[in-house]
Amino acid sequence: MTEEEIKKLIVDYVIREYLDDDTTEVKPDTKLISSGIVDSFSMVSLKTFLEKKFAVKIPDDKATPQAFDSVNNIISLLREFGINPT
Amino acid sequence: MAYKDKARSFYAQQLKGIRDAGLYKEERFIESPQAANILVEFPEGAPVKEVINFCANNYLGLSSHPEVVAAAHKALDERGYGLSSVRFICGTQDLHHQLELKMSEFLKMEGTCLFPSCMEANAGLFETVLDKDDAMISDRLVHASIVDGMRLCKAQLFNYKHANMAHLEEKLQESQNCRFRMIITDGVFSMDGDIAPLDKICDLADKYDAMVMVDDSHATGFIGKTGRGTHEYCGVMDRVDIITTTFGKALGGAAGGCVSGPKEIAEMCRQRARPYLFSNTMPPSVVAGSIKVLELISRSTDRRDKLESNTKYWREGLTKAGIDIKAGDSPIVPVMLYNAKLAQDVARDLYQEGIYVIGFFFPVVPQGQARIRTQISSAHEKEHLDRALAAFKKIGAKYGILGLKKDEIIAKYGM
Repeated sequence: MTEEEIKKLIVDYVIREYLDDDTTEVKPDTKLISSGIVDSFSMVSLKTFLEKKFAVKIPDDKATPQAFDSVNNIISLLREFGINPT
Repeated sequence: MAYKDKARSFYAQQLKGIRDAGLYKEERFIESPQAANILVEFPEGAPVKEVINFCANNYLGLSSHPEVVAAAHKALDERGYGLSSVRFICGTQDLHHQLELKMSEFLKMEGTCLFPSCMEANAGLFETVLDKDDAMISDRLVHASIVDGMRLCKAQLFNYKHANMAHLEEKLQESQNCRFRMIITDGVFSMDGDIAPLDKICDLADKYDAMVMVDDSHATGFIGKTGRGTHEYCGVMDRVDIITTTFGKALGGAAGGCVSGPKEIAEMCRQRARPYLFSNTMPPSVVAGSIKVLELISRSTDRRDKLESNTKYWREGLTKAGIDIKAGDSPIVPVMLYNAKLAQDVARDLYQEGIYVIGFFFPVVPQGQARIRTQISSAHEKEHLDRALAAFKKIGAKYGILGLKKDEIIAKYGM
């Protein structure tokens, strides 16, 4: 997948999983956790989604609110696990 | 002594951060029993002021009821101050057993296990009855104590958008391979005051073979025709598997909580729930007071009926005044202000008018949803409600928010 495809995949998931309406715009640099779109308790769904989609296991000490705070941060995190956009 | 300058300055810095973010919680000293009218010293050292309380969980006005106080006094005299033991060593009096039986009867459940608080009931329940092969499927707005309880449990965690049944069904489908599944929700959500759609939740639970667990702390004693709680209100008294609730709100307001449900679940809590096994037993006076409360509310529904009519009067009064509230049926009535500073300013001005309310804002409620949570009690008389309505109108006019809807308030004050 290209970086753009990965970003779109995650943005689409965030909108579907966390937002009740489609009026909030989510961009790759939109703050997810610190803005309250995703609370730290609900973050588990996003982590599970990424693990399944990219067949990786993200240890709890890496799945921090900072690492999940934007789609761009998540892309960086995925790189640590060898998921590199084509 | 390890608490040297390094640690002191670290914590001082943390506290400064909390203050700078406007998140520091100031405690106000109340110099009277809990009631509709209370005497408050705030800030510390200020002259004591009499105000009408709109932020207690004293829904049925039983926190200082003379019969409850007398029952507690009697137990204090006859059974002592404390038991200096956990339940299973030498901390179970016949009174504890009686309260458990009465609570099971009141909630129409097979068995009950008392805990020192509902926080501890929620902290202990999940890890006691669920394991790594199981699933917890929780509403996203459940109380913090449930979140903590789920964190202590090895079962897989799924959560669904608040009260969104289509999303819940997706999660039930995703978790099909788990051994036991438990849908977990508050009965009345404490910040919004809305009631979980338990009828629909129970339908989904039947369809997907899941258990239903409800924290009814903001419901037991007054929601439903005879005050049994949200399972009565939603017509599913025989379909909710487990209820956790508290004696610290409507039921006298002192302390204690419980897990009520199938007898095996109550028994498992006695055997395995760590907060039950390793914390002290409820004091006899509180147990006796709670038994008296259950007697009072089983004898008559007058108090919950008055609470219902007070709630209706309050909701209609605020709406007529042009105040933006969250719709619903419960006595938790959030006045929506959206902006954190506005919520704090309005609460401060209302206090000057003799109305005790508190502003809530992020992270206690979602970003941009700051509010003042008002809570109605059957201890409120019409005069209390009228005085508070007049104060809300006066302060609402001062800030120019009367008649404004969400978008207009946000346009004026920001989020």
